[in-house]
Amino acid sequence: MTWEHQDKTAIVGVGATPYYPRGTSEPRTIYEMAGDAILGACEDAGINVKQIDGFAYYSGATAGYTDKMDTADFMELLGIPEVTFTASLTSGGGGSAGAAGLATAAIVSGQATYVVTVMALQQSKSRLGTVFGQIAPDPINSFLQPSGLVGPGHLMSVLARRHMHLYGTSRDAFAEIVMATRENAVNRPTAVRRNPLTKEEYFNAPMIADPLCRLDFCLETDGAVAFITTSSERAKDLKQKPVYIHGCAHGGTRDWGRAFAWMGMPDEAFASAGNKPIANRLWNDTGLSPKDIDVALLYDHFSPMVLMQLEDYGFCERGEGDAFVKSGAIRYGTGSIPVNTHGGQLSEAYIIGMTHVREGVEQLRGTAVNQVDDAEFALVTGGPASLPVSGLILRGDK
Amino acid sequence: MSDNLSKMLPGDRIKITTDTCTVGFWDKAKEHKLTACQCASCGRFRMPPRPFCPDCQSKEINWPELPGTATVYSFAVCHKSPFSGEELLYIPAVLDIDGAPGARLTSNLVGFDPDQVEIGMKVKVDWYSITEDWVLPVFVPA
Repeated sequence: MTWEHQDKTAIVGVGATPYYPRGTSEPRTIYEMAGDAILGACEDAGINVKQIDGFAYYSGATAGYTDKMDTADFMELLGIPEVTFTASLTSGGGGSAGAAGLATAAIVSGQATYVVTVMALQQSKSRLGTVFGQIAPDPINSFLQPSGLVGPGHLMSVLARRHMHLYGTSRDAFAEIVMATRENAVNRPTAVRRNPLTKEEYFNAPMIADPLCRLDFCLETDGAVAFITTSSERAKDLKQKPVYIHGCAHGGTRDWGRAFAWMGMPDEAFASAGNKPIANRLWNDTGLSPKDIDVALLYDHFSPMVLMQLEDYGFCERGEGDAFVKSGAIRYGTGSIPVNTHGGQLSEAYIIGMTHVREGVEQLRGTAVNQVDDAEFALVTGGPASLPVSGLILRGDK
Repeated sequence: MSDNLSKMLPGDRIKITTDTCTVGFWDKAKEHKLTACQCASCGRFRMPPRPFCPDCQSKEINWPELPGTATVYSFAVCHKSPFSGEELLYIPAVLDIDGAPGARLTSNLVGFDPDQVEIGMKVKVDWYSITEDWVLPVFVPA
């Protein structure tokens, strides 16, 4: 059955700071960057920041492991007079796409009018990739951290190896994901890594947690991105072509649960990105199938997770991700489903999933740097991580 | 060749903490006995130890003594100490614990040539001293 709130809300504005290699955003502060992103999103939408009355965060309204996004701070900072909704999805980057659904919940329930979702990241104090190793583990993580699986990439390398074991997946497929993504960043002024990448360079990169090498890991960057959601009625009168929230789901099943922080997943879930239940709901809610998607913006913190999401969402069968990717299917311009046309987190910048939402909006407005011809539907996903995971289908006004 | 075998991380850097539910596992480890959290009501195993059985919601826990062997479910090969960044070959592994169906332990494979490690391989427990007199299970060739 079609989701009753389909196309009832729209993303009407997006704002972002430049993206900086880790630590180089200083002397800017994280709130100054987040504020710039929010003001940029308002300017893009054609509204005044004082019209914002809702905040819909994800990642528990944290910004990395050491900073936070706080509504009262933003109100004081930007002069927002009153809010009527302020809430967050739980856990981490898994909810980045789902935050648009939280904003929709606020709007269709009449609790807010203009809802902003914002994420900022500044890794000068603490690097996300190493933070697990720095803190004394709590009693549950005492069953994980002593093994030396100290960062997210270490943890996910174990999932990748299981997938390789079960299905014969190869590092050639991971290389193709990294190279295809890099190719999309070459012509982008916003991208941090723009040099074309050869297969030889990929295989010469140092192994961090075998089977993953350094180039399988996403970038470490600073910056901020914000987007504004409102009702489709209001969207019609604003500055930009509306990008409709056609379907959005967050959550997941216990089989995935805390995922690589748990390691207890049954086999099929273990060698996956945990997004299959989200995919099922999105296809069911929208009546669409993978063939209808014009561009897929898949959360790419680690390259094998792109392959496993392609399987979870049904762009190929479970276990066929290796052959699918190696066939060139995800290449912009020539492939059947262009993936991460913005260069993703592997090559453009890592702002915990927000760059994918930004690219989805630009693709459906028709203003993307690597524009997919006549793009109508974009799939955006949140990070494969502890639940919730999430997915978002955006529709452009054709 | 022995230089190419996987090592332990430095025990004087490894910390754990416990709570009322998990301490049973670590108390047994001090006796060099491998156990896993088992529901005393329905018999289901779960790891890491949590206060409720996810099947029957009982809070009663058994700590049975297990054979001390395990099967490699997956693993990573790492080359640098996460503490110092120095060269150090270590192999974190996710293991299916023999005698405790459904329970996995994330540990280390010690004394292995990384090229010889395979998913499905049998390994056996060994014991390794870490901070505050705790003892950590690690796994060596069976």
